[in-house]
Amino acid sequence: MSATSTLPGGATGPGPAAAPGAAAPGALVEFRGLRREFGPTVALDGLDLTARPGELLALLGPSGCGKTTALRVLAGFEHPDAGEVLVDGEDITRVPANRRDAGMVFQSYSLFPHLNARDNVAFGLRVRKVSAAERRDRAAELLGLVGLPEHGDRFPHQMSGGQQQRVALARALALRPRVLLLDEPLSALDAKVRLSLREEIRRLQLSLGITTIFVTHDQEEALSMADRVAVLNAGRLEQCAPPAELYERPATAFVAEFVGTMNRLPGQLTDGGRVAVAGVTLPVDGEIPRSPAVEVLIRPENMTATADERGTATVVSASFFGSVTRVLLDLPGGGSVKADVPSRDAGALAPGVRATVRPADRPVLVVPAAAGTGA
Amino acid sequence: MAALTPTASATSPAAPPPKEATPAASSVRRRSRPRVWRGAVLVLAGIYFVVPLLASFVFTVHTPGQGVSFEAYTGILSADGFADSLLLSLGLAACTIALSLLLAVPALVAVRLGAPRLGPVVEIVCMLPLVVPPIALVSGITTVLGWGPEYLSTTPLYQTFIVVQNESFPLVLVIAYTVLALPFVYRSLDAGLRAVDIPTLVEAARNCGASMPYVILRVVLPNLRSSLAGASFLTLALVLGEYTIAALLGYQPFAVWIVTISGSQAQTSVAVSLLSLLIAWALLMVLSRAGARAAAGATNPAPGAPTSLSGKE
Repeated sequence: MSATSTLPGGATGPGPAAAPGAAAPGALVEFRGLRREFGPTVALDGLDLTARPGELLALLGPSGCGKTTALRVLAGFEHPDAGEVLVDGEDITRVPANRRDAGMVFQSYSLFPHLNARDNVAFGLRVRKVSAAERRDRAAELLGLVGLPEHGDRFPHQMSGGQQQRVALARALALRPRVLLLDEPLSALDAKVRLSLREEIRRLQLSLGITTIFVTHDQEEALSMADRVAVLNAGRLEQCAPPAELYERPATAFVAEFVGTMNRLPGQLTDGGRVAVAGVTLPVDGEIPRSPAVEVLIRPENMTATADERGTATVVSASFFGSVTRVLLDLPGGGSVKADVPSRDAGALAPGVRATVRPADRPVLVVPAAAGTGA
Repeated sequence: MAALTPTASATSPAAPPPKEATPAASSVRRRSRPRVWRGAVLVLAGIYFVVPLLASFVFTVHTPGQGVSFEAYTGILSADGFADSLLLSLGLAACTIALSLLLAVPALVAVRLGAPRLGPVVEIVCMLPLVVPPIALVSGITTVLGWGPEYLSTTPLYQTFIVVQNESFPLVLVIAYTVLALPFVYRSLDAGLRAVDIPTLVEAARNCGASMPYVILRVVLPNLRSSLAGASFLTLALVLGEYTIAALLGYQPFAVWIVTISGSQAQTSVAVSLLSLLIAWALLMVLSRAGARAAAGATNPAPGAPTSLSGKE
C-alpha cells in the first residue's frame, strides 16, 4: 500500500512539500535470511521480510520473538550471524550504525539529558556540520511538526514522557532518513497519550511518505496503525499481511490465536473438507490436518449465544465493550467459549443463565488437537 | 512528605483527646527518641572534629607570653619552600587526575557498553589499592626502580626509570597516586554511569550519525560532569594530603613540606594544614552542591513544566 495513496486529505497535517523531513522518498527494505543467536537463544531464525517503499510495517509478536532484534539489525546495533539487510537494493549489513540512513525512536526516553529539545533535534545536523542558523531553523520546523513549537528551550527533565517521545521523533526525522525505525515508542506512555501519539505518528508517516518499521507487542497498536503487520514467532515470520487479512484469514494457528481472541473447540473432521463442531458442520479453511483429533478455531464474533432454558451452556460472565458484550460460557463437556453478542441483546445473558451456543456458518481454521497454545 | 504523614498535630482540635495512646501518637514518641540520639551523636561527632581544629587554630594564633598574632598565616606565602611544594603537588594532582580519568573513563564506558559481565572484575581491580598499604606500594616501587644491571643502562627501559624519578617532577608519584586514586575515581564514575542510560544514549547518538569519539566527547562526558568533578576533587584532595609514598621515595610535595617545617616553624605548618583542610572542604561543598543541583534538575520539572514524568501530558 502506497503511503501517498492513503494520505487522508492532507488538510489535517502538513503536506509532503511543507514537511521538513519530506525530502527522502520511501525506501524498499529487505531482510534476507537473517539469523542471529545469543548464546543458546535463537533470536532470528532465517527471517525473510520486505517493507515496501512508504509503508508502515509493524513487527508484532510476543516477547523474545525477535522483532526488536530485527529492528536493531536494520539500525546497525546488532550484526546478524547470517543473512543480509538491503535498503533500496544496497546491502547495508556491514555498514556501521552511524552511516546508515535510518532514524530511530527508542522505547526508553533517549533524549540527551544535557541538551534542550532544540539541541536534541539538531544533534544529527551538528554532527553533519550544518550551519548553526540552518540547524536552528530545521529544529524549529521539526518541533512545530511534532506539535511542540514552544518547547525548544526545555530540557528533557522538564518535559512529560509524551513530549519527550515527540522530540525524539523530531530528532529521528531531522536528517531526513530513508527509513524510520520505531522501537515500541509508545509502551512507556499512559493510554490516553499513547492513543494521541499513535495517531500523530501515523499522520506524520503518511505525510512524509517515509518507510517506517514499527516494533510493538500491542496488537491493537499494530492493527490500527500499520499498512501491513508482520507476525513473528521464535525468530521466524508467521505471516505478513494487511491488518484485516491478518485478522480474517490468519495463515497459521499461532497468528490466529495471537491476533485477537480465539476460541478452541473440539471438532471432528468429516468428508468433503468439513468439520463438525458444536452441533454444526462447517467448511475447513486452509490446510486440513491428518490428525484424527482436531480443534476448531473460531473468533468470538463468529459465535452466537442465545438464552435458552434447554441450552447446554451456562453463562459465566458478561463484559460490556460498547456495541457488543463478550459473554463467557461454560460448555457441558468441560471448557469454555467466548461469544460476542450485540449489547442490546445481551441483557438476557446474565451469569447462571442456560444458553445455546452456535458457530456462524463460515469457513474455520482447524488444527491438530493440543497443538499451539491454549485459547 | 510531612503534610501527608499522620501525626498528632494533624488531629482535629475539636476531637476529644484520646484516652489511650493512638498508633500515631506512639509512633511520634518512637520517632522522637532516635531524634534525641541523632542530636547527641551529632554533637559528639562535632566536638570530636571541631575541638582539634579549634585547638590547632588557637595554637597558630596564640603564643604564650606574646599574645595573639596572625603572623603564621601572613607569612605562609613567603615561607621557604611553600610555593615550590604547593606547585609540585598541584602539578602532580593535575597529572594524576588526567591519567586516572584517561584510564578509568574509557574502561568503564567500554565495560558498560560492550562487556557488562566484566563489571565486577573491573570493580575488584579498581578497589584493590584500598587493601594494599602504601608502604607495600612504596616497597614495590623502590624494588622495581632500583633494579637494573649495568648493561641495561643505555636501554629505553632504564632511561624511563631515570626519567620517572626526576626530582623536579617525579612522574613515579603520578603513577603511584593514580593507583591510590583509582577506587575513588571508580566509585564516582560508576555512580554517574549508573544514573544515566549510557547504552541507549550512545545508540541514539550513533543513530544520529555520530562516531564513537564524538559520542564520548559530546554525549557521555557531558552527562558525567558531576561524576568527573567528584573524581577530580577527591583525587586532588588525596594528592595534596598524601605523605607516606612521597616521603619514603624522598620527594617533597606539599604534605611532606608541611611535616618538614613543623620542627622549625610549627605554627606555620599547622596554619597551612588548617588552610589546606578548609580549601579541600570548600571544594567538596561546591561539588556536593553542584551534584545536588544536577540531581534536582534531573528529577524536578522546572516551574510551569508538566509535573509528571510517567508519560502523562
